[in-house]
Amino acid sequence: MSSIGTGYDLSASTFSPDGRVFQVEYAMKAVENSSTAIGIRCKDGVVFGVEKLILSKLYEQGSNKRIFNIDRHVGMAVAGLLADARSLSEVSREEASNFRSNYGHDIPLKHLADRVAMYVHAYTLYSAVRPFGCSFILGSYDEDDGPQLYMVDPSGISYMKEMTCRELVKEVAKIIYIVHDEVKDKAFELELSWVGEVTKGRHELVPKDIKEEAEKYAKESLEEEDDSDEDNM
Amino acid sequence: MDGITYQCLGLLQLKTTILAVKFNGGVIIGSDSRASMGESYVSSKTINKLIQVHDRIFCCIAGSLADAQAVTKMAKFQLSFHSIQMESPPLVKAAASIMRELCYNNKEELQAGFITAGWDRKKGPQIYVVSLGGMLLSQPFTIGGSGSTYIYGYVDAKFKPDMSLEEAIQFSTNALALAMGRDNVSGGVVHLVVITEAEVKHVVVPGNKLPKFHDE
Repeated sequence: MSSIGTGYDLSASTFSPDGRVFQVEYAMKAVENSSTAIGIRCKDGVVFGVEKLILSKLYEQGSNKRIFNIDRHVGMAVAGLLADARSLSEVSREEASNFRSNYGHDIPLKHLADRVAMYVHAYTLYSAVRPFGCSFILGSYDEDDGPQLYMVDPSGISYMKEMTCRELVKEVAKIIYIVHDEVKDKAFELELSWVGEVTKGRHELVPKDIKEEAEKYAKESLEEEDDSDEDNM
Repeated sequence: MDGITYQCLGLLQLKTTILAVKFNGGVIIGSDSRASMGESYVSSKTINKLIQVHDRIFCCIAGSLADAQAVTKMAKFQLSFHSIQMESPPLVKAAASIMRELCYNNKEELQAGFITAGWDRKKGPQIYVVSLGGMLLSQPFTIGGSGSTYIYGYVDAKFKPDMSLEEAIQFSTNALALAMGRDNVSGGVVHLVVITEAEVKHVVVPGNKLPKFHDE
C-alpha cells in the first residue's frame, strides 16, 4: 500500500482526491508500530494483556502502565502513543463519572465507548489539532449484561468483539509470549488485568501468583513448540 | 422516613396526599385530586398529580404546583433524550437521579418534593423519594403531603411486603380515603396508577365509591 499523500496529507481537514484523510491513516500507523495489546471476552469476564517493551533497564517493574481503570467496572488497554492514551483515559474517566453523577448508576459500556469515540472523532475534523495516535480496548462485566468488549481506533469508530476467566488468563499470556518478536525487540514485561465474575465486576490487575502461574504456562508452551519443531527437523 | 416529611411540613403546607407502594410484580402510585389556594379555596377538584415521565416511570408531586410542573417537564425531556442515547428504557434510578439533580442544584428557588416510582428491567419495581432539598431515598412504600400525617399509623400497621395486586389496590385506596377524610386540603377522587412490566393501568375511584369507615 504505502502511497504517499503528496500534498493532501498535511492536515486532517483535507481530503485526498480518492476520498481518504491521510492524517487519520498515519495515526493508525502509530498504532500498528506499537507493541501488542489484547482483550479477550469469555463467558464470565474479560481479560486484558499488554506486551510492555522495556526501553531501559533503569525502569522499575510496573512503571509505564498501559492498562487503566476507567471506573470500578471498566478497564482500558491501549496501543499506540502512550501520552495520547493517558489523556484519553482521563477523558473516559470524566465521562463515566459525570454519567454516574447525573443518572445514579454505572455507565453502560456501549455508551462510554460511543462517547469516547465521538471525542476521538472530533480531533479528526480540524487542521489545528492532530488525531489521537492510539487505539484502545474497553472491557467490562455486569451481572445482567454479561462481559462486553469494545475497541476504538483513531478514526473514532467503536466496534464490539468467548473459556472461563481463569483459564483465559493463561492463554492471553501465551499469546503475548508467542507474538513477542525475540529478534526485533529486547526484553518485555507482561501486564495482565481482568474484570468478571471472578472479581465481582471490578476491573483489577491480575494477582501476582496467578500472573506468575500464567507466565510459567506461557513459557512452557513456547518450549514445547520449540522442541516439537526440532523433532520434525 | 418520618423525619423527611415532617421537615417538609415545617417549611410549607404540602396540600395533598400522595403515596406509592411496591407489590409483587409492580408498583402502585396514587394521590388525591384536590388543589387548594390558601386554607379554604379549592382551585381544582379533579387535578391529576400523577405525571408520566417515561413509559414505565411516574412521578407524583407535592408542594408548589408550578415548581413541580417545571421540574417534571425538564426531567421528562432529559429522560427521553437519555433513553434514546442508551437505546433502552431508562432505569427508575436514573429518572430519580435526574429529579434529584434538579431539586438539589436549584434548592434555593424550588419548593417541591416528589415520589418517583416505576418498573425497569434491571431491578424491577422501585420507589424513590426525592425530598425538598434534593435527598434521594429508596423505599418499599412511602407517603407524602399534608394528608400523610393522618395515615402513618394505618400504613405502618397494614403494609406487608410482596402483596398481591388486589391487596395493594385495597391498601392504597383505604389509605388515601382515610387521609382525605381527615385532611381538609386533600379530597376529590382517588387517582391510582398501577405500573407493571406488561402495562400501565389508571384506576380512578370517585368520591362516592370510596371505602367508608365507622363514622361515615
